[in-house]
Amino acid sequence: MENNELIPVYHFCVTHEIEVSFIESLQQYGLVEIITVESKPYLKENQLQEVEKMMRLHYDLDINLEGIEAISHLLEKLRTMEARNRQLQNRLNLYETNREDY
Amino acid sequence: MDYYEILGIQKNASGDDIKKAYRKLARKHHPDLNPNDKEANKKFQQINEANEVLSDPEKRKKYDRYGKDWEQAEQFENARQQGGHYRSYAGEQTGGGFEDQDFSSFFSSMFGDHGGGRGKQTKFRGQDYNAELKLSLQQAYTKHQQTLTVNGKNVRITIPAGVENGQIIKLKGYGGPGVNNGPAGDLYITFIIENEMNMKRAGNDLFITTDIDLYTAVLGGEVTIDTLSGKVKIKVAPGTQNGTQVRLKGKGFPVYKKEAQFGDLFVVFNVKLPVNLSDRQKELFTQLAALK
Repeated sequence: MENNELIPVYHFCVTHEIEVSFIESLQQYGLVEIITVESKPYLKENQLQEVEKMMRLHYDLDINLEGIEAISHLLEKLRTMEARNRQLQNRLNLYETNREDY
Repeated sequence: MDYYEILGIQKNASGDDIKKAYRKLARKHHPDLNPNDKEANKKFQQINEANEVLSDPEKRKKYDRYGKDWEQAEQFENARQQGGHYRSYAGEQTGGGFEDQDFSSFFSSMFGDHGGGRGKQTKFRGQDYNAELKLSLQQAYTKHQQTLTVNGKNVRITIPAGVENGQIIKLKGYGGPGVNNGPAGDLYITFIIENEMNMKRAGNDLFITTDIDLYTAVLGGEVTIDTLSGKVKIKVAPGTQNGTQVRLKGKGFPVYKKEAQFGDLFVVFNVKLPVNLSDRQKELFTQLAALK
């Protein structure tokens, strides 16, 4: 079964010239979700970007899976903090502009 | 640029030293670890360029001999040996795809044509591009389409209702092309919401301050206010104090990517006291004061 939302793990690995065991390891670390359809493993399309990022960290920068796991958590934290920071800045603008009114 | 300096190594560094220095710097400046950081992105490209040259003994030898003008110098040398004429290749270079001026033409001309897989030559993601898009509060209120021109290419995007000031969205693959068949970079669009209206926004809630006169504040009445979805009539209760807030549920800003969900609109009453009173008005206020 192939559709727009599921990418066969095998195809992904062939395209990127990496071992299937890398994707399996990511799954064991809880970093990626593998869907099995008719005994074949698939990746969800919306995960591809993250998987490709983890692949680059591993193969280009020689970072092991424990490192990738830690980086993923920290990047998620960074994203949350950036969003929070933006919200607070926007909220601060509200009060600063109000003060000028008086 | 001096490749040895970029990698922070001595001219006599061994292959292992180069590899170590590259890995260390790449881990620090890799775009995946520094999202939205233009400086890190630029630095990463320089590190890659230095590594690609210095980690290859042949290219390193040529670089050591001719320095940064390696390509031109070598062509000149070849031409001289063959008794031919030197011809500039500047116009014939097939770039590696980087449009960033900081990425030297030396690197792109050397590696632009090379393909290959992960084991043969490292693939690198293209450069991420950053763009800013200014929207009015009214535009941010409504889902709509806009066409952006990024590096000469038109990109049509749908902007969901409810985007926030400073919010960044990523368009995958709309950045610079990759090197050695690597994936293209991404395009990051930062929304700048320009608020030209008499309205303040806090998340999905809107705040609007409206003036009411003393008599309406004391006796009650009705005011009409302009909202982003049209005019709204609201009642003013008798005895309304200055600064009183009235909440209009669901009349605020649309919640980002949540169909039919809206924040609230807060109307803040600003009671204007009468000035330049006539004698008659003063007299009546005096009478009122005496009734206290």
